Amino acid sequence: MTKSELIESLSRRQAQLAYKDVELAVKTILEHMANTLSAGERIEIRGFGSFSLHYRPPRVGRNPKSGDPVSLPAKYVPHFKPGKQLRERVDQFRQEQDDARQSESQAS
Amino acid sequence: MALTKAEMAERLYEELGLNKREAKEIVEMFFEEIRAALESGNQVKLSGFGNFDLRDKNQRPGRNPKTGEEIPISARRVVTFRPGQKLKARVEAYAGSIEQ
Repeated sequence: MTKSELIESLSRRQAQLAYKDVELAVKTILEHMANTLSAGERIEIRGFGSFSLHYRPPRVGRNPKSGDPVSLPAKYVPHFKPGKQLRERVDQFRQEQDDARQSESQAS
Repeated sequence: MALTKAEMAERLYEELGLNKREAKEIVEMFFEEIRAALESGNQVKLSGFGNFDLRDKNQRPGRNPKTGEEIPISARRVVTFRPGQKLKARVEAYAGSIEQ
């Protein structure tokens, strides 16, 4: 699913809102989230997951072409930890698919 | 203070003029749509922000960290998030700002 598919699906379910409004709402939510992380703050969505920053210490890397050492500064990278409901729903569906496949192969 | 759904809805109310109920619903549905797509086995790509991918993990040996007892970790499907270039660049800029 892409961002535009997400917007289309939301606007079908929120028929009283104009497509443009839903599009702007999705962009505003994502911008709010990106701004929060780039200010060094966390995002916590119960049942979905949390976003935080992980520290990466400075290291010496190499220029892949010349092989010369390059010192790379410390940085932060975004990290997502799925919440309990998301973890369970994603894995539940996989288990059901497995079970269905097994009973199909037994039936044939 | 972490960002929550309530603050996201508040922003939609303030900036877009949605009413409070609509704002709350759209934030709730935004996350539910992503969960539902992942639940049915579909990757979610939000350009400029990042991708939510699915990985199928095989069973592997594990251990109870308290008792040291060996227990297999069952096969499972997990969600991973790969931040996009734009988000990574913005977050790296934050690291620059704290190094005096």
